[in-house]
Amino acid sequence: MARAAKMLLNVSAIRQDFPILQREIHGAPITYLDSAATSQKPKAVIDATADYYTRYNANVHRAIYELGEEATREYEGAREKVADFIHARSPNEVVFTKSTTESINLVAYGWGLKGRLRAGDEIVGTVMEHHSNHVPWHFVKDHKGAVLKYAGMDDDGRLRVEDYDELITKRTKVVTVTQCSNVLGTINPVKEIAKRAHEVGAICVVDGAQSVPHMSVDVQDLDCDFLAFSGHKMLGPTGIGILYGKSQVLEATEPLLGGGEMIREVHLGKSSWTDVPFRFEGGTPNIAGAIGLGVAVDYLKHLGMDAVRRHEIELNEYALERLPEVKGLKLFGPADAKARSGVFSFVMDAAHPHDIASILDTEGVCIRSGHHCAQPLMERLDVPATARASFYVYNDLKDVDRLVAALQRAREVFA
Amino acid sequence: MRDLRELYQETILDHSKKPRNFREMPNANRISVGNNPLCGDRLTLYVLLDADRVMDVSFIGQGCAISKASASMMTDAVRGKTPAEAQALFDRFHAMVTAGPGKGSTSSELGKLAAFRGVSEFPIRVKCATLPWHTLLAAMRGEPTTTTEA
Repeated sequence: MARAAKMLLNVSAIRQDFPILQREIHGAPITYLDSAATSQKPKAVIDATADYYTRYNANVHRAIYELGEEATREYEGAREKVADFIHARSPNEVVFTKSTTESINLVAYGWGLKGRLRAGDEIVGTVMEHHSNHVPWHFVKDHKGAVLKYAGMDDDGRLRVEDYDELITKRTKVVTVTQCSNVLGTINPVKEIAKRAHEVGAICVVDGAQSVPHMSVDVQDLDCDFLAFSGHKMLGPTGIGILYGKSQVLEATEPLLGGGEMIREVHLGKSSWTDVPFRFEGGTPNIAGAIGLGVAVDYLKHLGMDAVRRHEIELNEYALERLPEVKGLKLFGPADAKARSGVFSFVMDAAHPHDIASILDTEGVCIRSGHHCAQPLMERLDVPATARASFYVYNDLKDVDRLVAALQRAREVFA
Repeated sequence: MRDLRELYQETILDHSKKPRNFREMPNANRISVGNNPLCGDRLTLYVLLDADRVMDVSFIGQGCAISKASASMMTDAVRGKTPAEAQALFDRFHAMVTAGPGKGSTSSELGKLAAFRGVSEFPIRVKCATLPWHTLLAAMRGEPTTTTEA
C-alpha cells in the first residue's frame, strides 16, 4: 500500500552508509524506529572515532608534540563545525559536555545555584519537559528556594503559550522549554518564548535534544540564551553533548567541574579559572566523541537540514494517514504534519505499550515503550505509559507500512 | 529463535484479559503497592492473613499483559498458603523465569505458573512477571511499597 513516492532523501543510499541497518533481527530486516532515544551511526562517524585512536590519540590543549597538535586541531575543529551548524557567533559560545542532561545541569548549577538566583526567584518550565529539564530545577528549588511554575498544554499537545501571560512576572529569572517534545513531537515557538523571557530580564534555556538533529536551528535567530543538545541523537557518538550559551551569559556562569584544563592558576588554597568555553571543560574531554560529532555534523550538512526536515514532514503525513487505520489506536500530539517532528506516541485498546513493543520486536520493528523520561507529561495525558515510534533520515515510507502491519498483528494477538 | 507464542501463551492471554481476583479488598490486613518505574506497571496488592495463612488475596492496577497475568495466576496459587510457602513458590517461579534463554525448565510444583516458562527467553520482561510476587512478599512483610528497582 506504499505510495510510489519519490522521497526527498535517497533513503536506500543513506541506509548503505549505516552498517547496523544491514542487520536482521529475529530473521526480519531491521526497522529502527527509536531515533528519539538514540540515532544510528554512519560509517564515517564510526571510522573517525577509530581513526583518532589509531593515528593521533593524544590529550588536547597541552601536548607539544605532533600527535597533540593533531588531536587539538581536530577537537577544536569539531567545535567550529558545531558552532557553524547552529549559527553561533563564535566557537567560544560552544561548550562540549557529556550530554543534554549535563548541559542543563551546568546551567542550573552554574548560572542558577552557584550564581545569581535568590529565594523567591521564579523558574518557568512546561508540563511536557523531559526529566533532564525538570530535575535540575528541582535542585535549584530545594537549595535556593526558587519558585517553579509550569506552562500547560492542550489535549492535542500544543503548548499553551498564553499561560505565559500569567506565569512570567518581574520575578521570573529563567524560562525553560523544549524546542521539540520527545513524546508528542510538538514543536514549540522558542523564538517567541525567548522574547517573552527577555521582556522581564529573564534568560531562556532551550532543550534542543530532539530539534537540532531534525531541523535547521539558528541560535542567533532564536535569540535563546542557552541551547542544550546531544551528539548521539544526531548520528554522533554517545557521551558527547553541547551547551551553547551567549558569551555574556556564559561569562556569568560558574563551572560545574573543577580540575585540570579549566584553570588559569592553581595555588594551595585557591585557583582562578580560564576563559569560556574552556572554563566548563574540566578534565580530559571525550575527544573521540567530539571528533565523531564533528563528522556527524558534516554528514547532516551534506544531506541539508532543510531536506532532512522536509523528508520528515513527508513521513509524518504518511504516518498520520496510516496509523489511524489500526483500530483502537490513540495517537498523541499535533495532527498537522508540519507542526510536529517525526515522533509518534500512542496507546492501543488491545495491548499495553510493553506488549506492543515485545510483539513488534519479534518482527524486527524497534519502538520504545514506557514513560520516556516524562512522567509529568504521562500524568497530564492520563496514561501510565505510551508506545513511541520515531523517524530519522534512514527511514522511508516502507518503514511506516511495516510499523502499521506489525501493530495490526499485535491487535490480533490480543483480540 | 524466540517465538512469541512462548511468551503469550493461551493461559497468559486469558488471565491478562480476564484477571482473577481483580478487586479491592476493604478488609485486607496487608497492603502493598508495587511499581516498575521503567515501564509504568503499577499494582496494589491486598492480602487477608489469618493464623499465618492467606485467607484472601486480590489486586488492582494497570500494567502489561505479563504483569497482569502473573498477578492473576499468583493470587490463585497462593490462596491458603503460609508466607513461607508463598516465598518457596516464588523462589521456584523466579528460578524458572530467570533461567536465561535456552535453559528454561519447570518444576512440577509450579502447576499453572509453568505457563511463564517462556519469559526466560525474553529477559527484559522478567521484571513484569516478578513484580506481583515482590509486591506480595512485601505486603506480607508489612512493607507498604516496593519497586523493581530495589
